[in-house]
Amino acid sequence: MKHLDEYRNPELAKKIISSIKAESDQEMRLMEVCGTHTVAIFRSGIKNILPDNISLISGPGCPVCVTPNQEIDMAIEIAKSDDVILTTFGDMIRVPGSFSSLEKERANGADIRVIYSSLDALNIARQNPDKKVVLLGIGFETTSPTIAGAILSAKNVNNFFVLSSHKLIPPAMKMLLEVGEVKIDGFICPGHVSTIIGSKAYEFIPQEYGVPCVIAGFEPLDILQSILMLIKQIKEGNPRVEIGYKRAVRPEGNTTALNILNEVFEVCDTRWRGLGVVPLSGLAISDKYSQYDARKIFDVKVESENEPKGCLCGEVLRGIKIPLECNFFAKSCTPDNPIGPCMVSSEGTCSAYFKYGGDRLEC
Amino acid sequence: MKNDKILLSHGSGGKASHELINDLFLPAFSNPILDQLNDQAVLQFGDVRIAYTTDSYIIDPIFFPGGDIGKLAVCGTVNDLAMCGARPLYLSTGFIIEEGLSIDDLQKIISSMQKTADEAGVKIVTGDTKVANKGHVDKIFINTSGIGIVGNNVNISGSNAKEGDIVIVSGTIGNHGISVLSKREGLEFDAPIVSDCAPLNSLVMDMLSVSKNIKCLRDPTRGGLATTLNELAMQSNVGIMIDEANIPINDAVRGACELLGYDPLYVANEGVLVSIVPADEAPNILAKMIENKYGQDAQIIGEVIAEPKKVLLKTALSTTRIVDMLAGELLPRIC
Repeated sequence: MKHLDEYRNPELAKKIISSIKAESDQEMRLMEVCGTHTVAIFRSGIKNILPDNISLISGPGCPVCVTPNQEIDMAIEIAKSDDVILTTFGDMIRVPGSFSSLEKERANGADIRVIYSSLDALNIARQNPDKKVVLLGIGFETTSPTIAGAILSAKNVNNFFVLSSHKLIPPAMKMLLEVGEVKIDGFICPGHVSTIIGSKAYEFIPQEYGVPCVIAGFEPLDILQSILMLIKQIKEGNPRVEIGYKRAVRPEGNTTALNILNEVFEVCDTRWRGLGVVPLSGLAISDKYSQYDARKIFDVKVESENEPKGCLCGEVLRGIKIPLECNFFAKSCTPDNPIGPCMVSSEGTCSAYFKYGGDRLEC
Repeated sequence: MKNDKILLSHGSGGKASHELINDLFLPAFSNPILDQLNDQAVLQFGDVRIAYTTDSYIIDPIFFPGGDIGKLAVCGTVNDLAMCGARPLYLSTGFIIEEGLSIDDLQKIISSMQKTADEAGVKIVTGDTKVANKGHVDKIFINTSGIGIVGNNVNISGSNAKEGDIVIVSGTIGNHGISVLSKREGLEFDAPIVSDCAPLNSLVMDMLSVSKNIKCLRDPTRGGLATTLNELAMQSNVGIMIDEANIPINDAVRGACELLGYDPLYVANEGVLVSIVPADEAPNILAKMIENKYGQDAQIIGEVIAEPKKVLLKTALSTTRIVDMLAGELLPRIC
């Protein structure tokens, strides 16, 4: 098994779609929490072959998209210092803050580098002992263990710091259910996050809220199969957490990763763009490792502005609006000239709608 | 121009690069030859048409699996000439070298350039060297320009595509970009991924030997196959429909792209060409391509459509989606 083509087999897809059509006889609104799922759904054109009674709603699982302006502004202020090298993962570099972006500041002379792994940042710190190297820690549970790993590997490295903006997925899902703005009949749960946190982390959702959950992989058949599993749960009236992504996810998750997360970080309240402050949804560096905590080392004050008026990123992230309803979408807000982060990130809903033709193709 | 400073994305071959050309270079330099925006200029001297092109090479690392900056500098310019059906003849080469580069490395690069030039049948006839202070250049930058002769009755241009024409790609995509990235970032994959960097002029000559009606040729370098198809669609004022199942990608590249969150359609190639040809000649041209060592994996991937004037992809599930031009830089997925 190469674990690629097998999950794109059109004949199998047809069979699952037939089953979906046969089983679903009512309106169902399913939320795919994870931005990578949103992109996968668009890339494979799944929305175009589902029956009309099934709607897929995009959720807040895009780590770049939910990073509030204040965090980007703070990273920019830190990066402006001559003795700082700011390291960041991919898309963050293009996200607009209140006044600028990391990409623009790099063009202005700030030393800002894109890295692929947290260990790259650690290496940069070792190679540049006269600089303070700050890693902008963005990402959910998939990514935060690697940052924890970098911190644990940073013994005797005195110039390595992390600006932790890491967030946790299940509390955000809980908030969406508590606020109840959008009716969610089932969750397509994130694949990569679940390899770390396992399926047990979601059990409160069917238990306390009666909402079915299926953890899905990213190939077209994974997603279709998970939709079918959710439909069956809804019809049975027996909500639970099921693992659709069995080749990668275990009920207990990845205990090694969870252990180092617990060692290095502690849970805190944190602000999400679009959701406001979500209780117990953020990761702060614990006191034991405070010498790596950029928030404690750098004394920067930022006067952040609210997100641009008229930008609907917040509503899109909560699943109550789609990008097509935003006046800026595809006009003043494009991937080349983004107003909000949902258009910047490769996992952003607006970017997916734009790139894969949500508005520009009738098919 | 949307920005007041040059950003890295202005050099990545996608939308920002096009904005730079349209907003700054074209207004200043506009003339009927430049305005065609082909990768090469075709100049008429009496009965003879000479193709002329230039390209500069900045790459990190300078040595990568399957090639080096020198090989790239020769292939890139040879290929740009070949893409208008020209027979490449002579190259110039300009070196901007960082103080401190090892002579050994420079020797390797020069040897590689000569070997590649020999394979392509071109001569490097003039050159220039500058040395910059340490830190002002990243090891070595190379510019090459080249001239070639365009045969009679050869009329290849990005604006020639018409509804019904067939789109052929000459080999597997994504190899170069992923190979360079894996070397730069120290990523090791079980199956080695090697750059496809290669001179394509012999492949083009083979194709021209069986058809005088090839409409378009282009090599999908920065910005990948997706960007090149969009450029051709725009220049010809048509749409293009491609079939995902037919796009040749080797398994190792596909796996690496999935791991990193890259779409192979946007990853750079340096030894692949896209050809748009009349439908009735496509099977013949394809058969000839497959006989050439650089066309063994050639495939028909789609066709030109009148409407909509976009590049569309038929997915494995038989749905259709848009394939846009690259926006910004190609960046890996975070989560």
